[in-house]
Amino acid sequence: MEYWNAPYFITPSLHHSVPDPMPPLLQVENLHTSFHTRHGIVRAVHDVSFSLEKGETLGIVGESGSGKSVTCYSLLRLIPEPPGRIEKGKALFDGVDLLSCSKNQLRSIRGKRVSMIFQDPMTSLNPFLKIEDQLIEPLLIHENLSRDEAVKRGVKALQDVGVPGAEERIKAYPHEFSGGMRQRVMIAMALITKPDLLIADEPTTALDVTVQAQILELIKKMQKEIGMAVILISHDLGVVSGFCDRVNVMYAGRVVESANIADLFARTQHPYTRALQKSIPALQPKGAELYTIPGMPPDVSKPIRGCPFVPRCEFAQPKCENPVELLEVEPNHGSACLRVQQKELDLTSEDLR
Amino acid sequence: MPESFLELQNVKTHFPVEKGIFIRKQVATVKAVDGVSLILRKGEIVGLVGESGCGKSTLGRTILQLIPPTEGAVVLEGRNLSGLSKDELRNARADFQMIFQDPYATLNPRMTVYDTLAEAISSHKKISSAEMPNRVSALMTKVGLSPRFIKKYPHEFSGGQRQRIAIARALAVEPKLIIADEPVSALDVSIQAQIINLLGKLSREMDLTLIFISHDLSVVKHISDRIAVMYLGRIVELGPATQVFERPLHPYTKALVSAVPVPDPEREARRKRMILQGDPPSPTKIPGGCPFHPRCPFVDPPRCTTIVPVFEALDNPEQQATCLRIKEIH
Repeated sequence: MEYWNAPYFITPSLHHSVPDPMPPLLQVENLHTSFHTRHGIVRAVHDVSFSLEKGETLGIVGESGSGKSVTCYSLLRLIPEPPGRIEKGKALFDGVDLLSCSKNQLRSIRGKRVSMIFQDPMTSLNPFLKIEDQLIEPLLIHENLSRDEAVKRGVKALQDVGVPGAEERIKAYPHEFSGGMRQRVMIAMALITKPDLLIADEPTTALDVTVQAQILELIKKMQKEIGMAVILISHDLGVVSGFCDRVNVMYAGRVVESANIADLFARTQHPYTRALQKSIPALQPKGAELYTIPGMPPDVSKPIRGCPFVPRCEFAQPKCENPVELLEVEPNHGSACLRVQQKELDLTSEDLR
Repeated sequence: MPESFLELQNVKTHFPVEKGIFIRKQVATVKAVDGVSLILRKGEIVGLVGESGCGKSTLGRTILQLIPPTEGAVVLEGRNLSGLSKDELRNARADFQMIFQDPYATLNPRMTVYDTLAEAISSHKKISSAEMPNRVSALMTKVGLSPRFIKKYPHEFSGGQRQRIAIARALAVEPKLIIADEPVSALDVSIQAQIINLLGKLSREMDLTLIFISHDLSVVKHISDRIAVMYLGRIVELGPATQVFERPLHPYTKALVSAVPVPDPEREARRKRMILQGDPPSPTKIPGGCPFHPRCPFVDPPRCTTIVPVFEALDNPEQQATCLRIKEIH
């Protein structure tokens, strides 16, 4: 074991010459993840960087195939390898690089300090095991509790997430719960070790709107109690706008815009984000023709040189074929549009809206 | 009352729940649709919304006689569909068609676009084989697909394009009524917009009557003329789309509307939320009285728990809801 150079031996203050007053909880730098398939290399995540403060809520939005889930799966090394491969990048979680640390160290973080909930509560619970066994597993592994103590904590956790009759229900099997209740169980399981970071991958997509509202409210409440940071992956701009502090908009494996939630809507700085907003019925007058983005998302198994949105962008120019990265165009507001960066294009002006 | 195009008269669709391996006993009844009466005018778009399990899809299928109703009648242009024989029903089906949610599952992967559409056209009309390619091309153009894709297979298309093929197939027999069951739920936002625009355009151009089933209220509000809100197999509110959305009468509609996330952080922050407790009850055990009373924040026992409410309007007779306290809570 290489414990002598394990990152936790180096305290952050030794790392930086000028002590950073508040190092971010999670700092992702230049993450590249690809899948090596028979049909070529699928570059699912391409040069993604972002950071997350303690207690902050970050939303990641994008259409299917934009790389939002793969980004988060990469952070916890949940990508099936092969065919997946994390090509480069760093993900510093409290000073530990999740992408290069040892398996043992990762195991002590995953499920303890970083938890995850998935989209489909039907398939992420084991149908053969009672809720009890699945719920207390993190406590038995990470906190060395006795079974009795762990069950007590389990009942408490179920009560916290609003499962009625928790003491009896903990003995039930997953199929005896409704979809919303199962998602509550998943949340209880993810939060039972009081993590610092919760990654929620489309936690409400499989649920009805009324239940969705309950679950989002619940995650918010638990976030306040525990003080954890949350990464919410969603395809729904509506869900994100009511829930997150910051949002990363992803397209073709890249972050194309990153901003505070209010700025993302009020001062949009990327043509893709703007096109998305124009195509949502909720933001348009009733019955009006909705804006449609022409064409289809690019095939990420082919190399993309410049901006990936060029073929579908109404503002594209020949120079947009040149490589572009996410740069700050306003304080705390990043955009990966060359024309916005060069101040040629002002998407916030009235005549474009 | 304006002339009715489609009339549902107290339609009920119940499914028996049976137990036992050799001797099957009926132990319960799932009341998926439990007494729906509704009149549709020609050419209007009615949105049908509700949570999963509220019976909106079953109602759609019952209207098309894919599931025969247990009770009640479905009357299309004066003809009772539930009373038709198998052959008569087959002929009548040229008038009403369905579009399903999953464009990946509803197209035969071994049939080209041409095969799929030609089969649909020829099933209700005799067309010469020389004329057929023209018909198919015209149909493809109508839904915004280039006729040069005519020899392609479904897997060569994206989700949005597949949904267009499914729409073309439904239009092949020149129907008067189309029931679209969650036609955009499986699609990404940018593709959703294309299909919504297309359905709206087709309905206007062809004077189609469209029943649009969806759980996404903002989509339904955008496309529909009227909205019917279903809860536990019954329609609890019916009215013009904008009004139902902006001033819902039934407490359930209020909760539903307030649960829809608004993609606008400013409005979202100002909004007051009404979050329902619990899940919808099982349709095998529909609560007595008003079926919504166990979850209703305005419940007033014993009235609400014993009396079954009927449709009542507040000021606009077009907008009605089944709530006893409709006048008190507004």
